[in-house]
This record gives sequence, structure tokens and C-alpha cells, in this order.
Amino acid sequence: MRNSKVLRYPISFVARVLVYISAAITVFMVFFLLGYIFVNGIPHLKPELFHWENTTKNNSMMPAIINTFIMMIMSLLMAVPIGVFSAVYMVEYAKRGNKFVHFVRVTTETLSGIPSIVFGLFGYLAFVIALGWQNSLLAGAVTLAIMVLPLIMRTTEEALIAVPDSYREGSFGLGAGKLRTVFRIILPSAMPGILSGVVLSAGRIAGETAALIFTAGTIAELPNSVFDSTATLAVHMYSLLNEGLHMEDAYATSVVLVVFVLGMNGLSKLIASKVGTKKER
Amino acid sequence: MSDKRYTINRISDRTMHILFFICACTSIFAVAVICIFIFAKGLPAIGEIGIFEFLGGTEWRPGQEKFGILPMIVGSIYVTAGAIIIGVPIGLLCAVFMSKFCPKWLYKIIKPLIELMAGIPSIVYGFFGIVVIVPQLRSLFGGSGKGTLAASILLGIMILPTLVSVIESSLNAVPESYYEGALALGATHERSVFFTVLPAAKSGILAGVILGIGRAIGETMAVVMVAGNSPVIPESLTSNVRTLTANIVLEMNYATDLHEDALIATAAVLFIFILLINVSFSLFRKRKG
Repeated sequence: MRNSKVLRYPISFVARVLVYISAAITVFMVFFLLGYIFVNGIPHLKPELFHWENTTKNNSMMPAIINTFIMMIMSLLMAVPIGVFSAVYMVEYAKRGNKFVHFVRVTTETLSGIPSIVFGLFGYLAFVIALGWQNSLLAGAVTLAIMVLPLIMRTTEEALIAVPDSYREGSFGLGAGKLRTVFRIILPSAMPGILSGVVLSAGRIAGETAALIFTAGTIAELPNSVFDSTATLAVHMYSLLNEGLHMEDAYATSVVLVVFVLGMNGLSKLIASKVGTKKER
Repeated sequence: MSDKRYTINRISDRTMHILFFICACTSIFAVAVICIFIFAKGLPAIGEIGIFEFLGGTEWRPGQEKFGILPMIVGSIYVTAGAIIIGVPIGLLCAVFMSKFCPKWLYKIIKPLIELMAGIPSIVYGFFGIVVIVPQLRSLFGGSGKGTLAASILLGIMILPTLVSVIESSLNAVPESYYEGALALGATHERSVFFTVLPAAKSGILAGVILGIGRAIGETMAVVMVAGNSPVIPESLTSNVRTLTANIVLEMNYATDLHEDALIATAAVLFIFILLINVSFSLFRKRKG
């Protein structure tokens, strides 16, 4: 029976096989990529790699890991308030179908399409050269803040739109003003969605290289001030690959980087799924 | 008393309203400032080099003041085209699988895997390219293994998650009645999917492909690792290639004067490419809606 179906519709059969093969290739790629990096990297995770200071001998990634956290916190401190507030304006304040809102959407989309190397070059020209900040933590953090701004804006907007109108009406009905409604009712109920976007942005910051090489620089040491060069983990890995001398260390570093970034993404999904269950209630 | 409080509330309402508005302007401001910085430094450089020498020159020799970026433009186009040729068929069919063939239990496994793939940093993809793809190509075709083919394969893999998620959602947006109608007319499941659902999702699929092109052309760190990076127009699939993005990353560290400005002009050309891609993306997506 099955056989005759194959013979009667050979093209359908071929199409089905191709679809299965493509899906298998995609899934295989994910496993192969991650598997390869973990299998080759985990054996090279030595305690020296987590030494507090990075020297030419140990290639320690500990300073780079700490730098990554510092970079994440600094960029998010700038990007989150601006991103969240602008989303509040777009959803809560602007009138529907407003031309300005449309224009902001278009520019935000443009911003999210700009390649990270162009951000890097812009950061170099604007902050490192024009403002004279040198290769510094601050220059890198501001560049990355601009880069993740569209992501935070979009996720926050979606979270705000998902808040039911009855919440707003209820709050207004009880005599609360617009501002109180936004801060006491709308933002708290949209918090999981916003948080998931923030964590996702943190993941992007941790994985970013091209925008940081020319802005934050490549010195893998802890910064003494915001004007010191600060290499994050991804940039540290880039330097290791560029030297090409310490492939084992590069493997090990890539394991930590992948775990770090994918952990962030997983956390973001976990937070977002909390929203889903809340909404069903 | 309550009157006073009311006024204070009104004032803070106004101030916050203005603050929110200013924040909403930030992204416009950011795009404007980026444009100004890149073009204000890039365009005079193009003028100094000469637009035809810059865009049409085949020689990039900063030491001799020769700044022709045609090899890089061609290189970017080759590599992106290669990525599309490799990535789109697999991505499209994988999206079809996810949308129309996949049992629910399997979907719950595959969907997160593809999202995982989207999250991997590009430097890690580049590393994977160096340690896996390049040696394989070297043993297959000889030579260094780096070049157009290696970069195309790597980018083809990197754009898969983008392609799959955009195409899948556009397939899901096609009304179920199209598929059911085709089935009722006696078509097989595959025929209904490929000849009614796919054509109906055409503009969404195209939007996905355009987004993939944008990703591929703007990708830097992964490409620079596997492309070989000689600034000449590649003769074959396995010969070295340098993209626009790679040109910037490779030389920005030590460039000075006109050389530096020429690199910024390279970024300006890349920026124009990306803007064109963005505009066509939003056009295609609008047509869908």
C-alpha cells in the first residue's frame, strides 16, 4: 500500500524526502557545532585559565569574564531606561497611527539592521576620536548600548501591548493618573517580558566582537577606571585566534563563551515563558 | 491642600511625558548621528580618491595610495550569493518541515535548537570555520582551504536560523483553507504544501531571504577568519576573497590619514548596501500585510 503510494506520487515522495533531509541537516549542524566545541574544549579547561591575572603564559580568561559582566551592566544601565521609556511613549502616550511613532519604528528597524562593524567604526569615530575617550570601557559600553537599544525597545513594546486594556481602565477608573498607571500597574505587569528582553540583550553584549575591537580595545585586564581599555570574553577569544598560537586555550575559551551566551538566552526564554503561564490564568 | 497636590501631579505628568518623548527620539538621533559620522568622513575621502577610482578600481594598495574597493564589493556579493545558494534551499525546506511536516513532540525539540543556533556568537562560528570547514576544504580541494567557498558555507549555516524563523512564521500565516482546498481537490499533502501554501507565502519568504542577505553581507568576525582576505577579485571558488566588512576589520588598527578615511568610506558603501536591503525588506513585508 505504502509502496504503491510512492510509485503513484513520485514527486511528492521526493519532496518529502528533501524536506526531511533539510531538517536533518539543520539539526545536525546545531549538534555538530556545539558538540565539536564542547568535546574539544572541555578537556582543555585548566585551572590556570581562571587565574586572576592574564599573562602571556596562562592566557587566563578570568579578567575577560569579569570585564564582560562590567560591560553588560554598564551598557544595560544606559540602554534599559531609554529603551523602556521610549517603548512606554510609543505604546501608552502616542496616539494610534501617529506619524512620529511610525517614523521611530522605521529608524529602530534601521538601527537593528546596521552591521556591528559599522557600530564599531562609529563608536571609534565618535567616542574614541571625537570625544577623546581613547579605547575605553565607556566608549565600548555606549556603542553597545546603542546597538541593543532596538532589541530592548521591541521586546518592551511587545510586553506593554500584551498588558490587557482592562488594567489601564481599572486604574483610571480608580482615579489614578496616567503616570501612576504606567509605573504602578502597566510596567509591573509587563516586567517579565521586559526582563526577558534585557537578558537577551545581555547575551548579545556578551557575544559581540566587531563593535568592541575598536571601541573598548583588546587589553584583557581589569580596568581601573571607565577610561581603561577593556577586552570582553569574545574579544579575548578574537585575540587568541588572531595570535593563532594557543588553540587549546581558544577551544576552552569558546566553551565558556558559548555556555555564557546560551545560558543568557535560556534564562531569557525561561523568564518569557513565565509570562505565558501568567496570561493563561 | 489637595489642589496643590493635584498641580504637582500634573506637573510631574507633563515632565515625564516629555522625558518619555525624548527617549523615543533617541533611536532617531542615534541613526542620524551614525549617518553623519560615517558619511562626513567617508564621502570626502571618496571625493579625494575619485568616485570611479574608489568604486571601480581593482587595486587596493594603501602603501601606494591606491584605494579601489571593487574586489571587496565583488567579494561581498560572491560570498553573500554563495551563502544564499547554500542556506536558502535548506532553510526553506527546514521551515516547511517545521510548519507542515513536524509532529508536535519533535517541534518542541527542534524549535529551541534552532533558537540556540541563532544565539551562538559569530566569533565562535568563525572559530568553527577555522577548525572544521577550512581543513575539510583543504583536504578536498588543496590550497589553503580558505576562500569564497569556506566563507559561503559558514555564512550559509549562520543565516539558517534567521531564514527558518521568518519563513516558518510566514508559512503559518497562510490560511489553513488554502491547504485544505488543495487536499479536497485530490492533491497529496506535499503537493498542497508546495503548490498552494508556498506560493501564497511568497512575499514573506522573499522577506526572509532579504533579511538573510542583510545578515550575510554585514557579518564580519566569522568571515574574516575563513575568507583568506587577499584584496583581489577571486578567480575560483577556492581562491582567497576579502569582503567589505573584512577590509575594515583587517586594516583599521594601523590605518592613518587617507587610508583610514578610505576604510570609513568602505563602511559608508556597506551602510548604503544595508539601507537598500532594509528598505526592500520592509517593502516586501508590507505587501504581505
